Amino acid sequence: MRIERLVTMANDIATYFTTEPDHAAAVMSVRDHLKRYWDPAMRRQIKAHLAQGGEGLMPLAREAIAELEAPPA
Amino acid sequence: MLSIVEIDYGTPKSPSETLVELNIDGRSIRVPEGTSVMRAAAQAGIAIPKLCATDMLEAFGSCRLCLVEIEGRKGYPASCTTPVTDGMKVSTQTPKLAEIRRGVMELYISDHPLDCLTCPANGHCELQDMAGVVGLREVRYGYDGANHVHAKQQDGSANPLFVAKDESNPYFAFDPSKCIVCSRCVRACEEVQGTFALTIQNRGFDSKVAASQDNRFLDSECVSCGACVQACPTATLSEKSLIDKGQAEHSVVTTCAYCGVGCSFRAEMKGQDIVRMVPNKDGHANHGHSCVKGRFAIGYASHPDRITTPMIRSKISDPWQVVSWKQAIAHVASEFKRLQSTYGKQAVGGITSSRCTNEETYLVQKLVRAGFGNNNVDTCARVCHSPTGYGLKSTIGESAGTQDFDSIESTDVVLVIGANPTDAHPVFGSQMKRRLRQGAKLIVIDPRRIDLVRTPHVEAKFHLKIRPGTNVAMLNSLAHVIVTEGLVAEAFVANRCEPEAFAKWRAFVAQDKYSPEAMAEVTGVPADQVRGAARLYATGGNAAIYYGLGVTEHAQGSTAVMGIANLAMATGNIGREGVGVNPLRGQNNVQGSCDMGSFPHEFTAYRHVSDDAVRHSFEEAWGVTLLAEPGLRIPNMFEAALDGSFKGLYIEGEDIAQSDPDTQHVTAALTSMECIVVQDLFLNETAKFAHVFLPGSSFLEKDGTFTNAERRVSRVRKVMEPKGGYADWEVTQLLAQAMGYPMHYTHASEIMDEIARLTPTFQGISFAKLDELGSVQWPCNEEHPLGTPVMHVDEFVRGKGRFMLTEYVPTTEKVNAEHPLILTTGRILSQYNVGAQTRRTANVMWHDEDRLEIHPHDAEERGIANDDWVGITSRSGETVLRALISERMQPGVVYTTFHFPGSGANVITTDNSDWATNCPEYKVTAVQVTRVTQPSEWQRRYRAFSETQEGLLAPSVKPA
Repeated sequence: MRIERLVTMANDIATYFTTEPDHAAAVMSVRDHLKRYWDPAMRRQIKAHLAQGGEGLMPLAREAIAELEAPPA
Repeated sequence: MLSIVEIDYGTPKSPSETLVELNIDGRSIRVPEGTSVMRAAAQAGIAIPKLCATDMLEAFGSCRLCLVEIEGRKGYPASCTTPVTDGMKVSTQTPKLAEIRRGVMELYISDHPLDCLTCPANGHCELQDMAGVVGLREVRYGYDGANHVHAKQQDGSANPLFVAKDESNPYFAFDPSKCIVCSRCVRACEEVQGTFALTIQNRGFDSKVAASQDNRFLDSECVSCGACVQACPTATLSEKSLIDKGQAEHSVVTTCAYCGVGCSFRAEMKGQDIVRMVPNKDGHANHGHSCVKGRFAIGYASHPDRITTPMIRSKISDPWQVVSWKQAIAHVASEFKRLQSTYGKQAVGGITSSRCTNEETYLVQKLVRAGFGNNNVDTCARVCHSPTGYGLKSTIGESAGTQDFDSIESTDVVLVIGANPTDAHPVFGSQMKRRLRQGAKLIVIDPRRIDLVRTPHVEAKFHLKIRPGTNVAMLNSLAHVIVTEGLVAEAFVANRCEPEAFAKWRAFVAQDKYSPEAMAEVTGVPADQVRGAARLYATGGNAAIYYGLGVTEHAQGSTAVMGIANLAMATGNIGREGVGVNPLRGQNNVQGSCDMGSFPHEFTAYRHVSDDAVRHSFEEAWGVTLLAEPGLRIPNMFEAALDGSFKGLYIEGEDIAQSDPDTQHVTAALTSMECIVVQDLFLNETAKFAHVFLPGSSFLEKDGTFTNAERRVSRVRKVMEPKGGYADWEVTQLLAQAMGYPMHYTHASEIMDEIARLTPTFQGISFAKLDELGSVQWPCNEEHPLGTPVMHVDEFVRGKGRFMLTEYVPTTEKVNAEHPLILTTGRILSQYNVGAQTRRTANVMWHDEDRLEIHPHDAEERGIANDDWVGITSRSGETVLRALISERMQPGVVYTTFHFPGSGANVITTDNSDWATNCPEYKVTAVQVTRVTQPSEWQRRYRAFSETQEGLLAPSVKPA
């Protein structure tokens, strides 16, 4: 999938949780959202993107994706 | 004309629980206080003659036929306007009454044509019946004098009282020569529909029914709901289909296939031919009312455009080849197997629709999960109410509205945000207007001045005319006022909600930045109006919020839904009659398709696929191993198609090429797939990109259930054989079998039985129960055997209500020099969504093209006059529509409907979407509008492509 689209979607989710005053909870919430609603292929792709520098990803999205579970293909 | 099977009790039912005992014709009868003598008699099986009374309307007392004698009372009171009292003794038949009634009938008949045998009402005419009942034997007055019956007078000159038939309305005729001026039509238009289009013009013998200022019906304010036609006791107002076909011989109760109100109808039939649709007085959602779509716009089901034979082709540039069902199903199975073995298990998926029944939707997701072995299934609720599911689940714990429609009868303050009930949910809109006429206060939050803002005898206390895309800012401002002015229902919040989340939320919305004064710049609404509206909502008594796609179809759709739930919880407006959070669902089965597990991440009743216990229950029932990971959502499918990993799609009842945003992106995705299977009534826009067409069946051709916006499950009943040979669930079953996954249902009821076994909230639902109760609102189980009209009564479904933080994040879709206007979209009364159904009916007489509504100021700046062709350009594309200059709009905002594919409304919409659910941001697109002289490039390509595609149909399936 177009990585720009996935980056936008991840950032949109992270933006919502930015308001959460408890930072650890915010990271968990973004990660949980990605895990619950993103197909594993999308999760693998966004993780791979982060591994390559994660261009365009917001800091909160980066933190969430760093330890996001993504089952192998 | 009333339904051929319903009993008319003459006056409405009394809501009182106190019983009164009286005696009618020697029989002792107990009825609720407030009941009329007429109704009390009717309930006991005693028919008092009547003409101006009908139980859909308040008593009027004008025809003088229902007179009775009451012991101890003088004269002959009208039984319709006389309430029962304890110990009352009533005689309905005495020699004196017989004489009076005969006299009354004689007068009526002296000004009525005597063409009964050739009259459309023959066999079901109340006037004819009454003439029989009173024993009318002669009319002494003759027909030569002043009358409304004959076009010419005795001397051959024109009769000034005669009015010719008005056949302007496509669905019903008005023949004033048969009118008895009972005013039932006028009262139905007022009391039931609330449009006030009809009136009695003039006085005395000159009195006549007139539409608006004596206009033709079609030119008047009439919205063609048909309430007047149903109320008419003679043939004065008759359905044209009844005039053509004659009286029906049987009647079947079924559920409308249009909007989320889910009206119950009696399909009045002659064999397998529909004579007319009559709204069911026992219908729990509509109580005998309907709109122009449900009652009249059913012609699409028998339209020549219907494709009733399966077709296949290998490329979309090839002609369609008509094949047998067997060949078509075998072809799909072999293609999908090939795609899965070549590109992987995940390379195929399915899309179901809110236009399908629960049973069909359930079966499609079962086919995908169990038959295809992945979770790539989604439904069109993705693009409408998916944020409702997410937002309400996170706050109150259940992805559904909290009330029944009748709850509004105890509402004091109605808050409508991002919904246009009088157009999009007309029957509930009428119920809402009735409550508002009774004195409930109204707050409207909408960028446009929708009809509800000011309509006969209704005026919104506040119309907060916000800028599109600022719902969350507005909801936060309302919350700010409630929190900072001490209007929080503290006891409710303390008892019912999570304290930490509430404390966090209270501090959050109390921030100065969310004060109405600070937000006025953003929302465009003066602060004093926001404060006024917030105070009214919080302190005006029972307050209920009704919302629609103007809330959900935004980048912050889910956030806005949470904001709405927050407001209801903070003010204690949840968990009882008259209050609540009420999503108005766009289509008939949006709620149902969501309930049925058609989202990629969840099974029935919103249970996540990763929940082991739930998944194991499905694995056990279905005999397969199921994936614990979510599949692709519709927009993800398009992305995956474009990158070459998603190749096959089974689409039942959905037209993604027209209804999904950013059309050119969608069609690019469709053209990159190898096997698209469309199951539909028509060669819709998506079918033009398909490789297999499977004929779908209309709601008249199958059994099943729909679940409306109030969680009400109602039966859809087959009234005719499927034109293509199979009901849709049978087609899905054939496909499953061909894919190697066994399914052996013999009736739709067996599918519902399986749903009930696997779904706690549906546990008590079966076709037998629905036959018995008429309809039932889930949850329906051991705890609630008769269903649940109001949810969250003692506690929230999730236990404690959770306040969610709702930071306002402006959409990235911003106006700039290149695109200085905001385009927003919506529906109109006469048309329905992609228009596949309504465009193929006479409803096009009200709306035959989508227009661009633009404020006079914006139009003048651009030199645009009414009816000019204008180009609308966004970053996604360009289309051309005719301009409609309208002061409903605010400057800077333009609007269009999206009912015609050639309009290309979605060529302009963008790929922006709700952060949580990917519901598209249909409601906010930055555009420029300019005068043009020709269709857009896309429109020209679209026309050429459509013509080519229609040319590829075999001559035998082409419409005549």
